[in-house]
Amino acid sequence: MGQLVIKQTRCDLCGECITLCPFNAITQQGDKIEIGPGCKLCKLCLKNCPRQAIGLTDGKRPTIDKNQWRGILVYAEHHGGNLHPVTLELIGKAKELAEVVGHPVYALLIGDRIGELAKKLLQYPVDKVFTYDAKELRHFRVDVYTNLFADCLQEVKPSIVLVGATSIGRSLAPRVAARFRTGLTADCTTLEIRENTDLVQIRPAFGGNIMAQIITPYTRPQFATVRYKVMPPARPVKEPWGTVVNRTVRPEFLQSAITVREVAPREEAPGITEAEVLVVAGRGVREQKDLSLLEELAALLGGQLATTRPLVEMGWARYTQQIGLSGRTVKPKLIITCGVSGAVQFSAGMNTSECIVAINKDRNAPIFQLAHYGVVGDLYAIVPLLIAQIKKGREKIAL
Amino acid sequence: MKIIVCIKQVPATSNVEIDPATGVLKREGAESKMNPYDLYALETALRLKEKAGGSVTTVTMGPPQAEAVIKESFILGADEGYVFSDRKFAGSDVLATAYTLAQGIRILGDFDLIICGKQTTDGDTAQVGPEVAEFLGIPHVTWVRAIREVTEGGIVVEQDLGTSFVTAELKFPALITVEKEIYQPRLPSYRRKLQTAGKQGKFFSFSDFADDDEEKYGLRGSATQVERIFPPEINQDRILWDGDAALVANKIYALLKGKNFI
Ligand SMILES: Cc1cc2nc3c(=O)[nH]c(=O)nc-3n(C[C@H](O)[C@H](O)[C@H](O)COP(=O)(O)OP(=O)(O)OC[C@H]3O[C@@H](n4cnc5c(N)ncnc54)[C@H](O)[C@@H]3O)c2cc1C
Ligand SMILES: Nc1ncnc2c1ncn2[C@@H]1O[C@H](COP(=O)(O)O)[C@@H](O)[C@H]1O
Repeated sequence: MGQLVIKQTRCDLCGECITLCPFNAITQQGDKIEIGPGCKLCKLCLKNCPRQAIGLTDGKRPTIDKNQWRGILVYAEHHGGNLHPVTLELIGKAKELAEVVGHPVYALLIGDRIGELAKKLLQYPVDKVFTYDAKELRHFRVDVYTNLFADCLQEVKPSIVLVGATSIGRSLAPRVAARFRTGLTADCTTLEIRENTDLVQIRPAFGGNIMAQIITPYTRPQFATVRYKVMPPARPVKEPWGTVVNRTVRPEFLQSAITVREVAPREEAPGITEAEVLVVAGRGVREQKDLSLLEELAALLGGQLATTRPLVEMGWARYTQQIGLSGRTVKPKLIITCGVSGAVQFSAGMNTSECIVAINKDRNAPIFQLAHYGVVGDLYAIVPLLIAQIKKGREKIAL
Repeated sequence: MKIIVCIKQVPATSNVEIDPATGVLKREGAESKMNPYDLYALETALRLKEKAGGSVTTVTMGPPQAEAVIKESFILGADEGYVFSDRKFAGSDVLATAYTLAQGIRILGDFDLIICGKQTTDGDTAQVGPEVAEFLGIPHVTWVRAIREVTEGGIVVEQDLGTSFVTAELKFPALITVEKEIYQPRLPSYRRKLQTAGKQGKFFSFSDFADDDEEKYGLRGSATQVERIFPPEINQDRILWDGDAALVANKIYALLKGKNFI
């Protein structure tokens, strides 16, 4: 790693680098180009400067012995006695990455009476499950959980730590990463590994408009939070080989400045993230009452109704029904979008769906770039016919 | 109650596109604004001050121009504002940003509560808040959707954990990051705009910081490295149907039936 420098003698202040910089980090100060705190060293300016006036200085960087850090550790999130599904997705990925470099896979389980969960984890390709089991750990408290997480990492010294990009994961992972003064890449959608154990992390940036590839080359462990539902879950193994390691919850770990007073479950039907079939309403739907049409289609397919953001903003749907960058990420088996243009912020939340069907009357709508089956036409004409057909099919079976 | 709010200047648009041929970013204008999520953090601080008294201080790390968001915060009601700015901070990732903010905040002395936005629209990580809390050794709660009460020496907040809502009490000093639903941010008032017209942010640079280990700041203090950026993939093999509604409805029906959805 180094630092970008402007070779003032070559620079003719053309401003190309200023417009190019995706992070707005370059400015002109008087008759000098300055690279500011926003610089992420993406080197776009360096590569594209018409006068090769941008250089890279060598930064002395303390090198660590990467061989001292072995294994991929997955934080096993759980709720109400069940593993969060993202945990299995992470184990699946961890195993795949571990095989490339010949490392073990570990899981970390923190909670109250978690023995059964630890056993369950052993059905998957993990070598060791580290548990911290105590009644004080019933509720997630970030300071306490960070202490335990750190204790485990100190013991295990894994090369990579994977945490689900859930509400809890995204609160806990940064805290632990900061304690180890190491890097954390948020909300990754793709992970690969190099032979030198560097984790190649890919995540959407700028509201999903571009993808960024990020590495953590100088520190260990390498932390990533990973988006739920973008990776396939691990399969159970035929003959489990892992073991459970019970770790001591020392009293000093339990010191906390947080008191949980109440935990209220969200009293709503299972959300759109769980549904296998989704019908999505976009602004092509003219009136709120017309949503019932799409709700009916969803019900006939055993699915749920989701929407784009403008419908939530108009108050036609709940926030929990919104798909997209600022809404939920979904990965159903089938998704039928109706009157959705397919803005990047929307598609960022659904583009890994298994089968995408899009109905839109504008042939040039971006959603058709994404859809496996694009249907150019009026949803008000097509959807009622489709509903009628499904109902007719049902009657036939009933006869 | 002494409250500190972390605010950031971000590009006014997130509509960046990459030219697939050259791999170069196309961006309209280079305007900037306050990170929209931070308006909710500032609003929360102002409401708390109105209720419990005290002061609201805003802080930002960024280039000198970032003072603009500090001035904006004065118009909205902040009492003091600081810019942590130095060439040595250039190239900061989350780790270095959070460390710099934590070091800067230490200079300001005792405080009760730090409030951060949920995330930024450019960095978009939602990680800076928790890392600042860790570096300051104080508890934090993310995704706060409501303030329940201010107690003797602490605060009770309601957190949205997705599948549940958690009500928790935090002992001061503490840090929270807030959701958009917490309060509706106020609009800038013309009167305050006039009142605060000459008010400036105070600057702190590397030499003001207690920890003068350069390895902890900017590019050198950053653990992550962006190797490359590229446009998202688009699906190549696709089928397009159009024409008579009855005909396409039929085709969709056959598709769904063939895939056992019906
Ligand atoms: C930072 C940021 C975050 C965002 N996050 C999200 C997010 O999480 N989720 C989200 O959805 N959006 C998000 N947006 C907004 C996003 O950019 C788009 O504005 C939004 O997705 C558009 O919704 P839409 O497709 O329903 O509406 P439009 O873009 O208005 O599209 C409506 C479509 O319906 C078609 N149509 C009209 N009538 C009919 C008909 N009778 N039959 C068939 N087709 C018809 C039209 O051809 C058009 O393509 C975000 C924006 C920003 C800046
Ligand atoms: N450079 C910065 N200066 C001040 N506050 C910041 C900065 N970067 C991030 N923050 C705060 O941290 C929150 C989360 O940012 P991020 O982790 O970038 O998504 C923001 O809403 C701000 O409150």
